[in-house]
Amino acid sequence: MSSDDLDVPGAPDTAGAPDALAALSVLRDPVRRALYDYVAGQRNEVGRDEAARAAGVGRTLAAFHLDKLVEAGLLETGFRRLTDRTGPGSGRPAKVYRRSPGEHQVSLPPRDYRTLALVLAEAVDALGGEEAAEAAARRVGERARASGLREALEERGYEPYHDGDVIRLRNCPFHVIAQERPVLTCALNLALCEGLLSALGDDHVTPRLDPRPGECCVSFSKNNEH
Amino acid sequence: MHLAQLNVAHLRAPVDSPEIAQFVAALGPVNAISDASPGFVWRLKEDEDDPTATVRHDHGDLLLINFSVWESRESLWNFVYRSPHLEYLRRRREWFLRAAEPYSVMWWIPEGHIPTLDDGMSRLRTLRENGPCPDAFTFTDFHEPQAPRPQREGNLAGRPA
Repeated sequence: MSSDDLDVPGAPDTAGAPDALAALSVLRDPVRRALYDYVAGQRNEVGRDEAARAAGVGRTLAAFHLDKLVEAGLLETGFRRLTDRTGPGSGRPAKVYRRSPGEHQVSLPPRDYRTLALVLAEAVDALGGEEAAEAAARRVGERARASGLREALEERGYEPYHDGDVIRLRNCPFHVIAQERPVLTCALNLALCEGLLSALGDDHVTPRLDPRPGECCVSFSKNNEH
Repeated sequence: MHLAQLNVAHLRAPVDSPEIAQFVAALGPVNAISDASPGFVWRLKEDEDDPTATVRHDHGDLLLINFSVWESRESLWNFVYRSPHLEYLRRRREWFLRAAEPYSVMWWIPEGHIPTLDDGMSRLRTLRENGPCPDAFTFTDFHEPQAPRPQREGNLAGRPA
């Protein structure tokens, strides 16, 4: 890596920008908040009927609020057949909703930790300091206080879910940095998770790098019982 | 347009030495993942049947070369960083020397075109000497193809209400 490669991308335009605040204020309405929480918590796209049932409101009201969430950039839409039937008589595809990949971050007063994280990642790269960085990440993980792994992961925004015997993580809390410095970020994330587990004294599972498109790079698999 | 990528890395020891054995053992499974990945188009192979046969070339015995073609940035990204390949990238220092200059270059090619290794090596030189440009770029300094590309329909996109 040459020294003139050390360009720090500008802060993402959502960070602290007025439109991020406006987008988030859309969630003040309790029905919208309930609809958003439900859709964001699902692994698949959600149809209007399902969202309406989950929020305990009628379909028309749900549709209205869902579209407000789309306008604000918090959800995005697509079209999907909600039944397995195909061909004539199966009906046209239904409008479905899912969480938008766009980030909305608001800090008052403005704070920007991402640019600093990118600077530090560049420094680790320039110094060849991956091992020291991984050791630091493990130590930070070891300082965690939580009652259990699932709680610890949820608190940190990983959105854990069970996939058979494996715990997978639906969300990457370090997404922006992981896009810029994927190998370093994922290695540090794994070390953080290892530290977290040892802080919890949990030896039932082992974290490993198990990346999938659109999810976090770490999964936890059950250890063989002895 | 398709995306070509050339990757080079300097081994710490000859490819048949014990220090490199774990890396060589991974070549079969990881190449199989590459070739089965969505959007994989082509990869330079030394031997159709032996996945551990690394590409032979004139740039030194310790230089390992990976040369492939993909349908899009996303398909290449998902193989490199969102598949079991990532674990071997994380461990790359066990087998490869730290690179002081860019070791990977990408460029757009017409669909159906098979790029040559000479072309790839000269683009890597361009990247090293002049920095990224539309003819030689990286994931971090990515360039979209200059000719307009036909839009592909996404999973969810495209159909009217």
